[in-house]
Order: sequence, then structure tokens, then C-alpha cells
Amino acid sequence: MTTGLWQRLHRQRVPLLWWTSRRTYLLFVLRELTSVAVVWFVVYLLLLVRAVGAGPGEYERFLDWSARPWMVAINALALALAVLHTITWFMVTPQAMVLKVRGHRVPGLVLAGALYVAWFAVSAVILLLVLS
Amino acid sequence: MTAPDAASAHDVVIVGGGGAGLRAAIAVAEADPRLSVAVVSKVYPMRSHTVSAEGGAAAAIAAEDSFDEHAYDTVSGGDWLCDQDAVELFVHEARAELLRLEHWGCPWSRTPDGHVAVRAFGGMKKMRTWFAADKTGFHLLHTLFQTSLKYRPVTRYDEWYATRLLVDDGRVCGVVAIELMTGRIETIAAKAVVLATGGGGRVFPFTTNANICTGDGMALAYRAGAPLKDMEFVQYHPTGLPFTGILITEAARAEGGWLLNKDGYRYLQDYDLGTPTPEPVLRSMELGPRDRLSQAFVHEAAKGRTIDTQYGPVVHLDLRHLGAEKIEAKLPMVRELCRDYERIDPVRDLVPVRPVVHYMMGGVHTDVLAAAPLDGLFAAGETACVSINGANRLGSNSLPEILVFGARAGAAAAAYAMEAPPIGAAVTAQAADETRRLERLLASDGSESVAAIRTAMQHTLEGAAGIYRDSDTLAKAVDTLRELQERAAVAGVGDRSRTFNTQLVGALELAAMLDIAESIVHSALRREESRGAHQRTDFPARDDVRFLAHSMAYREADGGCRIEYQPVTVTRWPPGERVYGR
Amino acid sequence: MKEITLRVFRYRPETEAEPTFQEYAVPLRDDWAVLDALNYVKEEIDPTLSYRWSCRMGICGSCGMTVNGDPKLSCGTFLVDHAPGPITVEPLRNFPVIRDLVIEMTDFMQKLGAVQPWIIRDESDDDPHTELLQTPSEMDDYKRYSMCINCMLCYSACPVYGLDSKFIGPAAIALAQRYNLDSRDEGQEERLDVLSDDEGVWGCTFVGECTRACPKGVDPAGAIQRAKLIAANEAVKAFLLPRWVR
Ligand SMILES: Cc1cc2nc3c(=O)[nH]c(=O)nc-3n(C[C@H](O)[C@H](O)[C@H](O)COP(=O)(O)OP(=O)(O)OC[C@H]3O[C@@H](n4cnc5c(N)ncnc54)[C@H](O)[C@@H]3O)c2cc1C
Repeated sequence: MTTGLWQRLHRQRVPLLWWTSRRTYLLFVLRELTSVAVVWFVVYLLLLVRAVGAGPGEYERFLDWSARPWMVAINALALALAVLHTITWFMVTPQAMVLKVRGHRVPGLVLAGALYVAWFAVSAVILLLVLS
Repeated sequence: MTAPDAASAHDVVIVGGGGAGLRAAIAVAEADPRLSVAVVSKVYPMRSHTVSAEGGAAAAIAAEDSFDEHAYDTVSGGDWLCDQDAVELFVHEARAELLRLEHWGCPWSRTPDGHVAVRAFGGMKKMRTWFAADKTGFHLLHTLFQTSLKYRPVTRYDEWYATRLLVDDGRVCGVVAIELMTGRIETIAAKAVVLATGGGGRVFPFTTNANICTGDGMALAYRAGAPLKDMEFVQYHPTGLPFTGILITEAARAEGGWLLNKDGYRYLQDYDLGTPTPEPVLRSMELGPRDRLSQAFVHEAAKGRTIDTQYGPVVHLDLRHLGAEKIEAKLPMVRELCRDYERIDPVRDLVPVRPVVHYMMGGVHTDVLAAAPLDGLFAAGETACVSINGANRLGSNSLPEILVFGARAGAAAAAYAMEAPPIGAAVTAQAADETRRLERLLASDGSESVAAIRTAMQHTLEGAAGIYRDSDTLAKAVDTLRELQERAAVAGVGDRSRTFNTQLVGALELAAMLDIAESIVHSALRREESRGAHQRTDFPARDDVRFLAHSMAYREADGGCRIEYQPVTVTRWPPGERVYGR
Repeated sequence: MKEITLRVFRYRPETEAEPTFQEYAVPLRDDWAVLDALNYVKEEIDPTLSYRWSCRMGICGSCGMTVNGDPKLSCGTFLVDHAPGPITVEPLRNFPVIRDLVIEMTDFMQKLGAVQPWIIRDESDDDPHTELLQTPSEMDDYKRYSMCINCMLCYSACPVYGLDSKFIGPAAIALAQRYNLDSRDEGQEERLDVLSDDEGVWGCTFVGECTRACPKGVDPAGAIQRAKLIAANEAVKAFLLPRWVR
């Protein structure tokens, strides 16, 4: 290869805001960013466990803290983000997972449907536990 | 692996990275891993035109089939112009080659129990066409290319355009080539050269052939003094899509498709091709040979029974009765092509088709070892003429041919290179000469445009060397092509850049096409008979007394074309009548 | 006849430091693809325009370009679908440009070789006179991934490759999977070295755009995720199990 030519190749640069150029890129970046919400729920759960462990007083204080408007707002937002995160992952799962039943590939819609069913079932159980 | 240093030298240089070229390269590497082998290709090998072959590759494998039957179908399909010794070894080795490709990973379509499946094809009395759905050439080429990557001795020159064979005292010892990316002109010396440059359908305006099918290798050999054999035999495929010329594979008819005229009538029954039945019958009706089907179309058009469109007359290919499931399973590419390029769905719609230039039976003359009559020169694939295709190739014989004779060319070139003495110094002067010619071409300020001359040539050929020919138009075409040669000599490239200059390539390809166009027209003019794909209205009968012989076109020093004849080898099947459908 | 404007990316390295756009008016015909329009420009207006093309039937993979922002095969992208225009035609993104619409792709060619895209198996017991059996269902396992025409649209669509060209990329991984999943192949372990590298499957963040861009329905994104599963499985096994049980 002639060295001169390598220098003359035009290198296309990826623009800084590349992820805004396309809906799918944006969705992807959202999917990645919304994982922050999942992290938040883990932290929140740890805080809860610590509060329970530290006795009733601490637990009361934790509940008060959680009931503050800005905390409710944060959690509501985090829930929305986590739901988005879950849905975007469920959307791509059939692509990554190939299930075969009697030699035939299970269609993607069925697979995604099964995930949603499982998700709602687990949510329903938790809801029952909380309400009872 | 790719870019070699200036003035490289190899044991074997293969020009062409299609099926024939890659098979040859592997054969050289397997003959002796110490041999260095180069593959020079004007496009990345997996872009070669083998990629577009659709229908399949023939080889007797079914229990009820035999080598002899495959040979007989080939010889009668070729109207007895095939060399029967070549055909006999071809049918044997075809099976071994297709099996080898299976072991290399080619995804041949299978029967439920896991064996290779076969389908019917035009002019074949038995089901013997192996297929990978209807993307056979694509899978075959990618399998070969990917397999070739494991052979270390293979050096690739991707996107290098070969412009000349170097010949020293009757011995071929390399090529001159341009690296397209940089415009660098380079000598690639070699003890043996294999030409595997494919066909030249682009000589005609309406063809299934890709843009790169410009007959370069034939022209290289012709200019170096090797004869071109049987160039007048140009195959029209009966079913091309109008405007684009995209092929609708014969497999569509093998799976049960019908050809209908404007009244919805299966018109082939009027042309001695059998009686229509709902299910396809081998060697009958829609499964007759391509030459006869294309000729029937011309007669049907003359009777006013075809359908007029802005791209000329068409007939209809009817696949609707096959149903969506069969079409999806066996002909997915046909459906894809119709949908993407014609915006119709063969499951519901009739497909408009017309005959289209498809394949060149002729090419560089070689013997059964793939050796051309110049020391150190070998040729294989569509660019060569052994001849197993005679006056009309049977569909699905070409893919096995590129494998069988690609392998033979590689083996023979390797053997030759091992024995051959070193290359003399005379090539340096020749290479310098060629470099000067190319530099001059690049700098030329011609008034004529390459595109205009190309279009004129294509229409001349279509008018004179189409499905039916006669002496007047052929004689006129000879004169027209001479004029076009003169105009081309002063045409300008119109682009002086050295970087990826596609205009320069276009000018070189035009020069190659003009040379082979001349050989086609001269050969056609001299053959005063009708045989296979060569139909003369002024000589409508086959004439075995005068013309059971191969035409050999030699280039004269003044650029003219001289035709000689060489007898056909007949071993077991004396010339007889071609019978289809009865 | 109606016309449509093509806005074509031009880059002539010998005379220009930076690319420019040039506009051409071409006939707007029902059956013309972008490629037909480019050929019209080259034959009738400007012979210096450079681009690759060959089969014009969507199988050779030469004519990939960015058409109105999307990676497309220009032979299969029709003018009428972009009327009234203008239609912007650029080279495929994420690759260096040699000239005009011609990109440099030796990087892919090297990566393709690196994943060993050929059948790896112990052939000592194979009979060359018969085929290796493979049922249609076994073929289905890999068939989809064997459809890759190497057109580079997926690399052009992949933001990971755009940001870091060391990423081995969608088509090469899909082809590795094509062989891994072939019942005749025994080379999965050998290919794992390259695939399980940082620049291998783990480089992929599953944007999924490669699959959307693919004109042949190959689904490289799916192939990569499946390769990740294999790679993870093997890593866990290698960590937990002694060699003889693996
Ligand atoms: C649409 C279509 C469908 C077909 N279907 C079938 C089928 O179903 N069954 C069948 O048996 N046959 C079929 N054929 C015929 C068959 O595909 C071809 O005859 C065969 O593939 C030719 O292979 P090849 O290796 O000789 O040449 P190609 O594959 O055309 O390769 C030619 C090579 O030469 C290189 N080259 C050319 N000129 C130069 C130069 N000057 N410098 C450097 N390199 C050069 C090119 O880059 C390329 O790599 C079909 C043909 C077409 C057009």
C-alpha cells in the first residue's frame, strides 16, 4: 500500500451527539442510562434492610424519609425508568434467546409474551403480599 | 495478506477470484504448500459474478441416475458440439467436487433424512441439480472464499485489474496489473498464469451478467496469441426480468412454473417441446433446453402473441399455483427479486419475462487439463472453452464446470510451475511498454466517450448476434465493430485521477469487449449452419459435414480476426437428433 | 420527464483536502434505483464520479451507500420512495473514504479471516465419497447467519464500530456463529479466543441497529448475543470444572 494514499484517506468522524441522530440510537442510549434506576432501587433496598436491622426507631425514620414528596418523586421517576428499561430489554430478548420446541424455533412474540406474563405474575404476587 | 511489494513474483498467478479462480488457488496450495500462489481480482473475490448463480449445480448422485445419462444430456443439449472426452471426465469429477464443497461447509438443501437434495433442471433427464435454495452461487462462492482464507500460501491482490499477459518467446510469465486504490501499475511475474475471469455478457445491452462481466481474460489471451473457441455460441436465458435483465432462475420452472403467452396459453407445446401436463416433466415443455425456449419466444413474438411493454415484448411466468409455502422454501430469492426489483409478488402475480443474454459457451481454447495452447497459460470457468458446453450449455452445468476445471487448472499450473525454468528478463521491457501505454491512456484527451461507444457496440451485437442471425447483418456488424475499434482508440478516459479510477477501468473493459465482440461476429458469420444457440435464418439446418467442428478465432497482427476449425471429439455418442418432450 | 436532485458526496484526494457535495438533476423514473441514477450521472453528466457496483441484484454486496442517512444497497433503493427529493448519497459511515462513494474495507477482510470462517473438524474418519449428513432442522440452526453478503451495511450502522474500529463487528461475529452452529463443525473452541476478547462479542452493547440495517435478514445482533452466552458459559466452566469434565 502506498503510504501517501493512506494519509489521503478521508476519515469520517463520529459526531459528538451521534445518539440523537436516530430514534433507535436514542432508545438504545435510554436503555443503557435507565439502568441507573435499577441501581437506585438496589441502593434503596439496602437502606431499607439497614433501617430494619437497626430497630423500630430507625425503621420509622426511614418510612418518614421515604414519604417526603421529593423522595416519592424520585421513586416514581425511577419506577418509570425501570419499567422502560425492562420493556426495552424484553423487546430484544427474543433476538438473543433461541428456544426450540420439537425442532421448531419458538416465535419471538411468544417468547416476549411469556416474559411479560412472568413479569406480571411476579408483580401480582408481590402486590398481594404488600396488600395483605 | 493483501498488499505485496513492488514487482512481486509468484509460482502461479490466477487472474480472477470467482468460483474457478478460488478453486484453482486452493488446488495449487494443496498440490504443494511451498508454492506461492496469487489471486488477482478486479473486485473482492466474494463479489465475483459466481455469487449471482441461483438455480443449482449438476452432478449425478441420485440412486436412479448415472454418469452416462448426465453425459448424454450434456452432449445432446450442446447439439453435439461438446468434446465428449471432456464431458465424460467432467460428469465423474463433478460429483467429487460438489461433495468436497459439502465437506467445506456449503449449505446444500437437504432431504428430511439429511442427504443432499436434487431438483429437476432444463434439458436434464434425471433430477441431478444440487441446490442451496435458489442462492446456489452465493453459497458456493462464499464457502470457497471463506475456505480459501485458511490456505496461507495464497496471496490476494483484491481490486487489482490485470491489463496484459506478459509473453516471452511463446511462454506466458506473468501479468501487468493496476492496483485500483492507488493507481499503481505493477508487474506480477509468475511461472504459470491461470485465467479465470468469467464471462462477457456485457457485450450485449440486455444481460443477466454483472457489470464486471466484460470478457477481460478472453481478450488478454486473444491478444497474446491464444485462440478463442466457439465464440458465436451465446446463450439466451428464456426468463429475465424486463429492464434490469435480472435472472429468474430455471429452478422456477423446474419447481413447476409455466410459461404463458398473452392468451394464458402454454405456447411451448407449439414448438415441438412436448404436451403440457400440470406437473413438470423432465426434458419437456418448460424444462426444454434454453436455446429452444428462447427461439420459441421469438416466434411467439412474431405471431403477435406476446405482451407489449415499454421494454419490448414479454411473456408471463406463472408460479401462482405453486403456493406461498413452496415458493418460500425453494425459490425465496425469486420472490425477493420480484418484490424488490419488479414490485410484484409471484405468489399472486404473473411475472413478466423475456429472453436475456446469459452465458458464453465459447472462450479461451483449452485441453482437458485446462491448458491453453501457450506455454504456461491455463484457463478455467466461463472464460475458458474446453468444451463441455458445445453449442448450448445446460443450466446447472456451469457451477460444477468452474469447480472441476478450476481444480484441474490449479493442479496443472502447479505441476508446470514446479518444472518450469526461471523467467527471462524480456518481460521487464514488455512491462515497461505496457506501463507507458496505460499512462498515455490516462492522460489522453479524447473527444469520444467510452459510454457512447459501449452502447453502440452493445446494440450492434444485439442486432447481429442475437437469437437469430443472418449473413447481411453479421457482415455489417463486422464493419461497424471495426469503426468502433477506431473510435475507441481515440476515446478519452475523462478522469485523470490515480485513485480508484473507474473510468480507466471502463475504458480497458471496453477495449476487451470490442475484441471479443469481433471474435463473436466473425465466428458467427463463418458458421453457415444452425446449431444450438447459433441460429442462422439463411442456413436453418445443422450441417455436420462442414461444421461438426470448433471455430477457432485468432487475432491477426493488424487486429483482424482469422477463423480456423478444429474437429469435435466424439467418443460414444454419434451426432443425432435432439429430441425433447417426445 | 420529472426530475429529482441527487446530492452526492464527493471527495477527490488528489485535489481536495475536504469532501464536498455536488448536486445532479436526474430523471425521476418509476423503476430507477439510486444506482441507476448514479450510472446516469456517470454516463451522461460527470464521468469522474466513482462508486462500486456489480450485480445490481442485491447479492454481490458492492454498492452499499448511505442514502438519506440510512445504510442501503443502492441497487435496491428506489428513487420514487424518496421523491420529491433531494436524495443525499454518501459513502457508508464508519469507514475511511478512498474517493467519492468508495470506502476502504481491508479492516473487515482481516477480521473475517481472524474468526476462522471455515469448517474446522477432524476429517480422518470422513468418507470423501459421501456427504456429511445434516437434517433440514440442523441446517436451520445456522442458515440465517450464512446469508451474509459482506455488504458492510451493519458496520456502517454500528455505533460501537464507529467509536472504536477495533471492535470485530457484526458480520464477522455472525459468520463465526454461522460455523459454530453448523453440525459439521467442531471449531467453536478455537474461534472462542477471538470472540471472547474485549474487542470481540463483549464490545457489543446490543444496539441492534446492525440487524435493522441488514438487507438479507442475517440478524447479527442476535448472533452476537448468542455468542456471548457461549463465551460466558465456557468461561464459567473453565473457572469451575477440572479440564477432564469440560
Ligand atoms: C444470474 C446468473 C445465474 C446463474 N445461475 C447458474 C446456475 O444456477 N447454475 C450454473 O451452473 N451456472 C449458473 N450461472 C453461470 C455461472 O454462474 C457462471 O458461469 C460462473 O459462475 C462463472 O464463474 P467464473 O469463476 O468463471 O467467473 P466469475 O465468478 O465471473 O469470476 C470472474 C473473476 O475474474 C475477475 N476478473 C475479471 N477480469 C479481471 C481483470 N481484468 N483483472 C483482474 N480480475 C479480473 C473478477 O474480479 C472475478 O473475480 C449463472 C450465471 C448468471 C449470470
